[in-house]
Amino acid sequence: MKEKTSKKKTVTYEKWGYVFILPFFASFFIFSFIPLLDTVRYSFYEYYRSGLKEIGPNFTGLKNYIELLATDLPKYAANTFILWVIGFVPQIVISLLLASWFVDARLKIRAKQFFKVVIYLPNLIMAAAFSMLFFTLFSDTGPVNSFLVNHGIAAEPIRFMASVGGTRGLIGLMNFLMWFGNTTIMLMAAIMGVSPSLFEAAEIDGCNPRQIFFKITLPLIRPILAYTMITSMIGGLQMFDVPQVLTGGSGNPDRTSMTLIMYLNNHLASKNYGMAGALSVYLFIVSAILCFIVYRTMNVDDPDGSKAAAKKQKKLAKKEARG
Amino acid sequence: MRETKHSYGRTIAAHVLLLFLSFLCLFFFYILIVNASRTHIELQKGFSFLPGTNFFENFKNVMNDANVPVFKGILNSLIVSGGSAVLSTYFSAMTAYGLYAYDFRLKKPAFMFIMMILVMPTQVCALGFLRLITGMHLDDTLLPLIIPSIASPAVFYFMYSYMQSSLPLSLVEAARIDGSGEFRTFNSIVMPILKPAIAVQAIFSFVGSWNNYFVPALVITTKSKQTLPIMIASLRSADFLKFDMGKVYMMILIAIVPIIIVYLFLSKFIIEGVTLGGVKE
Amino acid sequence: MKKKLLGMVLASAVLAGALAGCGSGNSGSSSAGDAGNSAADANAPADANAPAETGGADTEAAAGGTEGAVLNIWCWNDEFQSRFNDYYPDVESVSDDKSTTTLTNGVVVKWTINPTTDNNYQNKLDEALMAQGSASDDDKIDIFLLEADYALKYVGEDVDVAVPLSELGITADDLADQYQYTKDIVSDANGQQRAASWQAAPGLFAYRRSIAKEVLGTDDPDEVQAALADWSKFNEVATQAKDKGYYMLSGYQDSFRTFSNNVDKPWVEGTTVTVDPNIVAWIEQTKEFTDKGYNHKSSLWSDTWAQDQGADGKVFGFFYSTWGINFTLVGNAGEAGFGDWAVCQGPQPYYWGGTWIAAARGTDNPALVKDVMIKLTCTKSIMKAMTENRSIQDYTNTVSGMQEIAADPDFQSEFLGGQNHIALFSEVAPTIDMSNVSAYDQGCNEQIQNAFGDYFDGNIDLDTAKGNFETAIKELYPEITEVVWP
Repeated sequence: MKEKTSKKKTVTYEKWGYVFILPFFASFFIFSFIPLLDTVRYSFYEYYRSGLKEIGPNFTGLKNYIELLATDLPKYAANTFILWVIGFVPQIVISLLLASWFVDARLKIRAKQFFKVVIYLPNLIMAAAFSMLFFTLFSDTGPVNSFLVNHGIAAEPIRFMASVGGTRGLIGLMNFLMWFGNTTIMLMAAIMGVSPSLFEAAEIDGCNPRQIFFKITLPLIRPILAYTMITSMIGGLQMFDVPQVLTGGSGNPDRTSMTLIMYLNNHLASKNYGMAGALSVYLFIVSAILCFIVYRTMNVDDPDGSKAAAKKQKKLAKKEARG
Repeated sequence: MRETKHSYGRTIAAHVLLLFLSFLCLFFFYILIVNASRTHIELQKGFSFLPGTNFFENFKNVMNDANVPVFKGILNSLIVSGGSAVLSTYFSAMTAYGLYAYDFRLKKPAFMFIMMILVMPTQVCALGFLRLITGMHLDDTLLPLIIPSIASPAVFYFMYSYMQSSLPLSLVEAARIDGSGEFRTFNSIVMPILKPAIAVQAIFSFVGSWNNYFVPALVITTKSKQTLPIMIASLRSADFLKFDMGKVYMMILIAIVPIIIVYLFLSKFIIEGVTLGGVKE
Repeated sequence: MKKKLLGMVLASAVLAGALAGCGSGNSGSSSAGDAGNSAADANAPADANAPAETGGADTEAAAGGTEGAVLNIWCWNDEFQSRFNDYYPDVESVSDDKSTTTLTNGVVVKWTINPTTDNNYQNKLDEALMAQGSASDDDKIDIFLLEADYALKYVGEDVDVAVPLSELGITADDLADQYQYTKDIVSDANGQQRAASWQAAPGLFAYRRSIAKEVLGTDDPDEVQAALADWSKFNEVATQAKDKGYYMLSGYQDSFRTFSNNVDKPWVEGTTVTVDPNIVAWIEQTKEFTDKGYNHKSSLWSDTWAQDQGADGKVFGFFYSTWGINFTLVGNAGEAGFGDWAVCQGPQPYYWGGTWIAAARGTDNPALVKDVMIKLTCTKSIMKAMTENRSIQDYTNTVSGMQEIAADPDFQSEFLGGQNHIALFSEVAPTIDMSNVSAYDQGCNEQIQNAFGDYFDGNIDLDTAKGNFETAIKELYPEITEVVWP
C-alpha cells in the first residue's frame, strides 16, 4: 500500500524535488564551491605574499600539512574546546530552562513578552562594540574592580585580561551573553511547534513539569536540539570574533585564548594561502567527524532522519484518516 | 497543596533568574547610551554610571561628518541585511521542503552534501570569494553581499528540522488532492506553517548581516555604498585631531536603533507563532 | 555562536587574504570614470584633458603634457583630505559629501578612504596597486598615503609601486628643508626617496611638574633633563619616584618607541630577524619596572593609561610626540593639568607618528602629483600656516620654519607652564636617526610587545616569551627563517 503510493509520487513529483533545491545548489556552487576549490588546491602549494611580492605558487605536496602538525595546533584545538565549553554549557542549560518556562502555561511569568524580547538584545550589538564595553567595565580601574575592591571581595584590582582564567572567563561570558537569547528563541520555536494538545494531555494525566520536560518536550524537539548542538559545536569550532577583539588578535596570555580560526586568520592575514589552505582542510575534516558523531548519537535511526520522519508522519496521517 | 507550593517556588526562581538576565542584557544598552552622551575627554577619564551632557552634540557631530553619510549607511545596511534575510529564509525553506516532501534519486546525497558544507568553516572559502566576485565584476557592489545568502546551510538545516517536527506530509497530500500546484502549495500552505521558523532565522540572518564588517569592508570601496560597520570603523581609524570616542559610541548607538526596530517587529511573529505554528490534529 | 554559519556572513578578518591575485581581472568600477567624464564635460579647462582618455597607456609621459581628469587619492582617514582641501592653493570646490574635490584646472580629486581596522586599508591598497597596470586611467591610483611602520613595504625599489621623487622632478633642493629622518623612512635601499611628509613628529618626555618637584626637588626642564639624560639615570629616578609613592611610567609600551627608534640594525635583513640590544634593554627595563612597581601595568590607550594623565594620576611622565602633547595629553590632563606639565628631551631621541604621501607608479597625473607634493610638503609658508593653526598645531616638516617659531619668544604653551615646546622639538628632530628601518617594522614591533606583555605580567618565563615571539613572527612573515637574540 505504502510502496504503491510512493512509487506513483516518484513518477509524478521527482522533478519538483530538483526544482526546489536548484537555487540553493546553484548559489552554493558559484559562491562557495569555486572558492573552496582554490583553497584546497593551494593547500598543496607554497604560496604567500612577502610585502607586495607573490611567492609561488610552487607545488610542495603535503609539506604544508606536515609542517602544521609540528606547530601548536593541538593547543589551539584544546583552547577552542575549552572556550566553547565555558560559553556553551551555561548557554544550553539556561536556554533550555528559559524556553521550557516560557512555553509552560502553568508557570505564571509576569511580563513574559518583555523577557522574551530582552534576552536576545545583546546579540544586536556588534562583537567589536560589545568588547569595547567589556574593556571599560573590566579594566583595572573600571567599575567591576572598584566594586570588588570597595566591598572587600578583592584586595587589589584584578587584572582580568592578564590572567588565563580571567581572559577565558570573559570570553565565555561574552559568548554566553551574546548567544543565550538566540538559543532560547530557537528552542522556543521548536517547543511551540509541538502540538499543545500533547502538553494538555500530559497534564491531564498528572505529569509534573519535570516529567513533561524530560518525557515530552525533550524527545519531541530532538531534531531542533540536535540542530542546536551541531550548530553550536560548529559555532564553537569557528569561534573567532569575540576572542579576536578581546585579545586584540594575540590570543594572549601565552596564546591560551588562540582559537583554531584565529590561527587560521593569522595565516590569512599574512596572505599565506598555502598554510591557510592546509589548515582549512584539517578544520573541515575535524568538524565533519565531530558533527557526524553528534548527528549519529542524536538521530540513531538513519543519518538524515528524513525517512523515519516521513514514515512516522505517514503512519500518523493514516491513523488519523482512519480514526 | 504540595504541587502549588512547588510551582510557587518555581515561579519565584524563574522571576529571579529572568530579572537578573534581563538586567545584564539591558545594562549594556544603558552603558552604550551613557557613553554616547559623553565627550571624548570624559570617556578617556574612565567609566561613569551617569550620562553626560554631550548627547546632542555627539549626534550633531556624527550627522555633520560628511565622511560618514549615516542615512546612506543605514539604507545600504537595510538593503544588504533585508536582502540576505529574505533570500536565506525563502530559498532555504524551499530547499528544505524539496528534500523533505519529495522522493528523488539524489535526495540522500543532496542532504548529506548540505550537512557536509554545514560544517565547513565559512572562512575556508573566503579565500577565493573576493577573487571570484572581482572576476565577475561584482566588486564594489552590494550584490555579492546579498546573493550568496541563497545558500545558507544552517538556515536550511533549521527549516528542515522544523518541518520534521511541525509539517505533516498529509497536509501537502491534501493540498494536492485539492488540485494545488507544487509552488502554490509551498507558498500558501507550507510557508505560513513555517512562519515562526522563518521569523527566527530572518532575525538571525538580518543581525548577522547587519553587524558584519569584514566582507563588506573588502567588497565595498566607494563611500556611497558603505554599510554601517564600515562607517564605525572609519570613525575609529580617525586621526588624532578627529578621533572622538563620543562620536564612535553615538555611531554605534545610531547603528543599533534600526536593528532593534526590525527585531521588535519580527519578535511579534515569534510570540504569535504559538498559534500559527501549532499543528492542529 | 551560530551567527557565523549564516550563509555568507563571514564574520572574520580571514577575508584579509581573500583578495589573492585578483590582479588578473581588469577590475574597477565605472563610477570613477563617470565622475571624470562629467567633470570633463562640465569644466571648460578640462578640454585639454580630453585626449588623455585616448592617450592611454604611456602614463609616464613627461609632466606638462596631457594629464588625467581624475586624481585618485587613497588614504585611511580624512586627515590629509582636510589639509588638502584647506591648504592646497588650487582647490576650487569640495563636494557636499567630501568624496571629491574639484581643482581650478578642472581636475577632480577623488578620495578613497578605507578604514585601517583589521588591516583593511593595506589589503585594499595592495590589491589596487597590483591591479594598477590593468586599471583604466581614471581608476588608477595617483597618490596613496603611508605610515612609517610599513612604509618600506611600499617604497622598496624591488616592488616599485611608489615613484621616486626625483623621477617626478622633485629635486634635493626642494626637499632640503625637510627633516632627514622623514626622508630616511621612505627611502629605498639605493637611497631614492619615494614619499614625503608634511609632518614631523619628534618625541619628548612630558612630566608632571608637581611630582618632579617632590621627587627631584625641581621642575625646571633643564634640570629634569639632566636627571633623565640616559636610561640608567632614568631608572634611578624611577626608584626615587617609587620611594615617594609614584610610578615612573604608566604601562609596558610607554618607553618602547624610544628604545626601538635607536637600534643599530634593522629588524630584518634577508630572512633573519635580529632582536636589537636596545629592544632587549626595553624588555629588561620594563620587567624591572613591573616587578618593582615602577609602572602602573597599563597598556597604551587604555582607560588606566588615560586616567594616569588625569588630575589624580600618580605617574611621573609619559613619552609623547608633537600631536600627543598638543591634543591627547592636554585632553587627558584636563583643566587641572594646565601649568602642571613640562617637557624635556628624555633619555633618547625618537619620533611617534606621521603620514607620508607617495605617488603611485602608473599615475596619469605626474605633474599634478608633483605639484601637490611640493605645495603640501616643501612649501614653508603653507607648512608654517598649519603649525600656527590652533586647531591643527602640526609640527611640520620644515627645519627653518620650525626654527623660526622656536625663536619666537611669544610662542609658548600655557599648558606646559610657558615652555616653548616647539623649541625643544626642533632641537630633537634633527637628531632622530631612522636609517635602520625595514619593511617588517610594523609586525615586529607589534608582535614583540604582544609576546612580552605576558612575560611582564608574570605569566610566562623569558624563554617562553621569546618562543612566542618567534612563532608569531614566522606566522606573520612566512619567509622569516630564524630569529637571532643578542
